[in-house]
Amino acid sequence: MSTHEVAALEAGSQLAGEEIVNDFSMVVATVNGSGSQTSNMAIIRALFRMGLPISGKNLFPSNIQGLPTWFTIRVSADGFVARRDATEILVAMNKATLVEDLQSLVPNGVCFHPDDFEPGLLARPDITYYPMPVQQLVREAAPPKEMRDYIANMVYVGVVANILRIDLGEIRHALETHFQGKAKAVAMNMDVVESAAAWAETNLTKRDPYCVRRDQQTEGLILVDGNTAAALGAVYGGVGFAAWYPITPASSLAEALGDYLPSLRTDPETGKATYSIIQAEDELAAIGMAIGAGWVGARAMTSTSGPGISLMAEFSGLAFFAEVPVVIWDIQRMGPSTGLPTRTSQGDIMFVRFLGHGDTRQVMLLPGSPAECFEFGWRAFDLAERLQTPVFVMSDLDLGMNLWMSEPFVFPDKPMDRGKVLTADDLERLGSFARYRDIDGDGIPYRTLPGNEHPLSPYLARGTGHSEEAVYSERPDDWEANMERLLRKHTNSRTILPRPVIDLSAGAEIGLIGFGTTDPAIMEARQRLLGKGVDTSYLRLRAVPFVEDVGEFIEEHDRVYVIEMNSDGQMRQLLQLEYPELAARVRSLRRNNGLPLTARWITDNLLAAEEI
Amino acid sequence: MATTTLNLIGLDKAGYKGKSSTLCQGCGHNSISSQIIAACFDLSLDPSKIIKLSGIGCSSKSPAYFLGRSHGFNSLHGRMPSVATGAVIANHKLKALGVSGDGDTASIGIGQFIHMLRRNVPMVYIIENNGVYGLTKGQFSATADKGQVLKKIGRNPFMPVDVCLEAFVANCGFIARSFAGDPRQVRELIKAALTFDGTAILDIISPCVTFNNRDESTKSYVWGKGHEEPLHDVTLVPKREEIEVDYEPGEVTEVEMHDGSRLMLKKLDRDYDPTDRMAALALLHQAHVDQLLVTGLIYLNRDQETLLDVQGMVDTPLGALDEKALRPSPESLKEIMASMS
Repeated sequence: MSTHEVAALEAGSQLAGEEIVNDFSMVVATVNGSGSQTSNMAIIRALFRMGLPISGKNLFPSNIQGLPTWFTIRVSADGFVARRDATEILVAMNKATLVEDLQSLVPNGVCFHPDDFEPGLLARPDITYYPMPVQQLVREAAPPKEMRDYIANMVYVGVVANILRIDLGEIRHALETHFQGKAKAVAMNMDVVESAAAWAETNLTKRDPYCVRRDQQTEGLILVDGNTAAALGAVYGGVGFAAWYPITPASSLAEALGDYLPSLRTDPETGKATYSIIQAEDELAAIGMAIGAGWVGARAMTSTSGPGISLMAEFSGLAFFAEVPVVIWDIQRMGPSTGLPTRTSQGDIMFVRFLGHGDTRQVMLLPGSPAECFEFGWRAFDLAERLQTPVFVMSDLDLGMNLWMSEPFVFPDKPMDRGKVLTADDLERLGSFARYRDIDGDGIPYRTLPGNEHPLSPYLARGTGHSEEAVYSERPDDWEANMERLLRKHTNSRTILPRPVIDLSAGAEIGLIGFGTTDPAIMEARQRLLGKGVDTSYLRLRAVPFVEDVGEFIEEHDRVYVIEMNSDGQMRQLLQLEYPELAARVRSLRRNNGLPLTARWITDNLLAAEEI
Repeated sequence: MATTTLNLIGLDKAGYKGKSSTLCQGCGHNSISSQIIAACFDLSLDPSKIIKLSGIGCSSKSPAYFLGRSHGFNSLHGRMPSVATGAVIANHKLKALGVSGDGDTASIGIGQFIHMLRRNVPMVYIIENNGVYGLTKGQFSATADKGQVLKKIGRNPFMPVDVCLEAFVANCGFIARSFAGDPRQVRELIKAALTFDGTAILDIISPCVTFNNRDESTKSYVWGKGHEEPLHDVTLVPKREEIEVDYEPGEVTEVEMHDGSRLMLKKLDRDYDPTDRMAALALLHQAHVDQLLVTGLIYLNRDQETLLDVQGMVDTPLGALDEKALRPSPESLKEIMASMS
């Protein structure tokens, strides 16, 4: 089946002459580095402020300038925010990809294009074409030379706004947000938007059915990317130290820390910082620094992606074994190796779960939305300090770098948990201290922080075999007792990890298990499946190791499909390892093409697997 | 009744000792451990305000053998500088003392070594340099001499890495070289390093009696004893203490250290000014080419910003800040949420 034919199926319900309100996908095809991001953000924010559920996904190349890039904007009156396979509206600013881009439009789709594209290129007869006098309007605006590309992109904002009925006042509002109130920049861009809209009003006749109409579905919501949410979560979690090394798609997390910390965490009396950020020389050093800071008692973190995780393997094992609290954000991208640096994936699950040589088990949190990025951002520190272990937060490029609608973030609902730390007074009272002794039976020992003046306090942290007193030991019984305690600690950790979100459908034979950014596509797919008479239950994992609820969920369903974005069905494998007696009923729906999952793909493949 | 000498904070020397060494009898590292103990005792340092750090290797085992009343972290091979960096940032009131080896520093750890120096992380960084891997039974390290022969491995065809030269190029403000067979100089240089604010590098030739102590090796006791050329006679006079020795006029250069201690450099055979950058470079170059064991304080620059100066942190250690200081107000979050709606 050609893309064209697939698209035709998707758009089956469209009737000629009838308005289609608040329900379409639009792709803006541009050239990377041409400054289209400002234009696309203006459109997204304007639609959001008109009260329409939207999502925006930037499909960009690993390149600074010159390669094609696509920005997809979905408006959905039903509130669905997953990526869609079909596109109704194309803003074709890149001649190099025009033919292919046109091919991917649904029948009777819409194409906005600069008026200097050769008519021969606009070959599909079913498409409604709107030419835009980009060069002419840019000439008239006469912007400074270096601004010309940016201004050119504002032309499509104006024309598209006019044809789709996007409120120009909201576009202005959006630009004010984008330029943080810089009046001159707003005016220069808005002038072009307005003249383009005016030109369209005079020269174009609306011949397509798509339009937007004000609604109230985004009231009280915010628009934010997951990396910013994660950084804010860390700030409100009391991050003391962050070390990082630049890597796509994680850099913007550390950069957001740098944006927010100066205003939120400067001591008002002295003007000094209650935090420190270091851009390290590599990811080894980044996690090494974070571990050093965590050992001394600061809430320490690092953020990276797959290749950085690879470099952090040895240190992760050390922190697990020496029992040092540290938080590591993995904004997953496509691997193996350099892979696809600008494409999303859930491919680090298995690697991170056992990161480190020997018998290492790592705790993973699995945020599925920006609100959870915020929540896990602060909670991860509580968990790391409580458990004295690394806590990995597994985000991905789609969540981290794209804009999402979100409920406003909720301020932490409990005080910080600094874990089992003994002060000099505690030691005086207790009269003894052994760093790795399991006093409470939960596997979690007590620690002291360097600087503690009590003579009982000091110990030598180490990755080598050690006794309860942290003294080097090769004794088999010391080794085994320590490893058993670590296992006990890890097993007990599930009681304080975020629990899965479960939606049981009474009588459903099929259970779906997902995690992270597949959530919107799974939610939408469940609706579609229900429309075809297929009822499903859904469990969204939010942490590994798994709680009992997960096993019970599998037990309660004949067939369980683990939906994930990697080639090996990694989470499915983890579940099968954890629940060997249930392994046969755990199936895999996996996709790994670098793009966020779509509801249609899940629906089609589930139906095929079920032979329906 | 035997009297125990107590220092200014009321500790005897035993208060600075660690567990018994498991290194070989006669290992240079043991001698250095003893001088670390002596230096900290002499300076009356509070052991609870020192952290000792190491990587992996024979040298990196030694933090277990000194300063038993200090916290320590025996980290990963070649990665101690990063752990130390995070640690001093989390508590800038702690004095970090790192012990590394030539493999740990000049082979696997050369990258972190350079970046620690580039950031001027305030810490003492001792390289116990014996030119050989001991725990893995006698392979060449990156500081082994060109042409050197080891029993199992054969001849080393490569030029050695000179850690002092590397430190010099990386703008280190305190560069010293010493010899484990000269314990007094080792002790005084460690004391001087402990009073320096910034990364202080001590490259101490520390013979491996098991794998690299043949007389012709530049890392052997015999070679060191025969070839050591001290630049000066070093004495560190701690702040609050009187200078007890009477020096002839012009005989001694006195240098004030960051904490107010005075470093007395008594002239020996040559005039040498460790604050003269070009003189230090010429000296290091000459020593490298001619395989001279020139010891003493090679370079000193007290006027460089440290990592802590640059970070601009509050006086309370980050690791000791309470929730009030760490968690911004609910109102501030509301404002941010409003800006995103």
